[in-house]
Amino acid sequence: MIAPRLVLVAALIGLCAPMPPAQAQEDIVLGLSQESISITADFSGSDLLIFGAIKRETPIPAAPLEVVITVAGPLTPLVVRRKERRYGIWINTESEVIDAAPSFYAIATSAPLETVISAKDDLRERISIPRAVRAYTARLLNPRGKDFADAVIRIRTAEGAFKLLDGAVDVTENTLFNTAISLPANLTEGTYNVRIFLARQGEVITSHETDIVVRKVGLEQFLFNLSHRQPLVYGLLSLALAILAGWGASALFRLIRER
Amino acid sequence: MQVYLPIAEVSVNMFLLLGLGGLVGVLSGMFGVGGGFLITPLLFFVGISPAVAVATSANQIVASSFSALLAHLRRKTVDLRMGTVLLIGGLIGSGFGVMLFNYLKALGQVDLMVNLCYVVFLGIVGTLMLVESLRAMRRNKINAPKPRRQRGWVSTLPFKMRFRTSGLYISVIPPVLVGLFVGVLSAIMGVGGGFIMVPAMIYLLGMPTKVVIGTSLYQILFVTAFTTLLHATTNQTVDIALAVLLILGGVIGAQFGTSIGAKMRPESLRVLLAALVLLVCAKLGLELLLPPSEIFSVAPAGAQ
Repeated sequence: MIAPRLVLVAALIGLCAPMPPAQAQEDIVLGLSQESISITADFSGSDLLIFGAIKRETPIPAAPLEVVITVAGPLTPLVVRRKERRYGIWINTESEVIDAAPSFYAIATSAPLETVISAKDDLRERISIPRAVRAYTARLLNPRGKDFADAVIRIRTAEGAFKLLDGAVDVTENTLFNTAISLPANLTEGTYNVRIFLARQGEVITSHETDIVVRKVGLEQFLFNLSHRQPLVYGLLSLALAILAGWGASALFRLIRER
Repeated sequence: MQVYLPIAEVSVNMFLLLGLGGLVGVLSGMFGVGGGFLITPLLFFVGISPAVAVATSANQIVASSFSALLAHLRRKTVDLRMGTVLLIGGLIGSGFGVMLFNYLKALGQVDLMVNLCYVVFLGIVGTLMLVESLRAMRRNKINAPKPRRQRGWVSTLPFKMRFRTSGLYISVIPPVLVGLFVGVLSAIMGVGGGFIMVPAMIYLLGMPTKVVIGTSLYQILFVTAFTTLLHATTNQTVDIALAVLLILGGVIGAQFGTSIGAKMRPESLRVLLAALVLLVCAKLGLELLLPPSEIFSVAPAGAQ
């Protein structure tokens, strides 16, 4: 309620300043294909559909609207090691601990990222992959540390855990948008954070955040919990299964051979 | 058909895992090795983390060695007495090996140590076996009588015991030491240790080849069962779903392997095993020597 009132006051005292950009007058209405993702025995990755509309009460501004969507997985601590050649063989020499790094990070944009978001807004909102990761590697700012932080980005990108999907968001009539982000099969359990940014001329106008929970269900959950809560029972169960399978196969083959 | 593994937290093709298990099972039945030295690196390729691969392959070896052991027991090619002596050393060694493993882990050099162990031991054992069995094959061709085995220092040790099945009357010290050594290696390398024990039994203890395989399976069974339990209770890295798939393939393969092994001449069996061992050794050795394409590596921290 404050913003419109200020505009009104500004207009009343006759200042001929132009109308400020439509701050908060465009809102995001969001839809997700799923609120939570269940990992079952036949889980082999999942496509997350993110779609929505832009609600506004003013005419559509002339500048084109761009949409950026990020999905970030739970933060996990990492050790990054560097190999060096010593005594003729390659061995780990130096290492750095990164207290938290996203296990998954995907960005989908409606146009090439660097044209959609200015460097300033990227720094503030931590949108691009390097910015999102460096938020947690601030300690590694010296050139040596930067090599380690860059290695995390390079390795995770090669693995497909970090990805930039330029142009993957479809925007219709400056109002409707949708995208699909594929989540890999080796998802880490936890809360995945989805952020949507609307941008015009490189500036973020508004943003919206929501969470998706990824967790194991059924047999997968039962086995995982058992292995952590009753490790001895789990271990004995594994052994019993192994012995049973070994004996079963042996008996079966003897039966076949004696025929 | 993809299947999601609850502990490894990856999705892998089911038939790929069944095939891996089957392949290793055939080798296990043929040579009396658990196959851990093959399955562990193969699991890395599939995308399973080393910790889970090592622990789960121990579990799979329990099944394949039990299945193969039953076949050997029926043919009476197991020296239970010798196996038990080896086992006593093995359990002590395995406990000690786990302590060593955790110490190296704290230093961050466990991967290097594991790789070096593989290269050094596979290299030595493979070369020795290849040379010896090729020589034996040549001797058989010209029908020369086998020279009597020289026992030297082994026969001078105290605490002698009669091992009827092996036809030996020797001190218990060498078998306990062999078991101990194999136990340490099995904890560090995540293998049963058959590839060390089989040659040690043949060349060091002078046991007949036919008995060696069954006896080594007997020792491997208990040592890997102990290792599985240790991994399950300390690291929670045994993936039961992965193990079941490997076992299904493995137990079937082991049965075929045992009958193939029974039909082949012991010398040719040893040449094949030696070639296999040297192949894995060369592969791992090259990884240490060639510059890696990525000198950085990322691993989860604070897994303990």
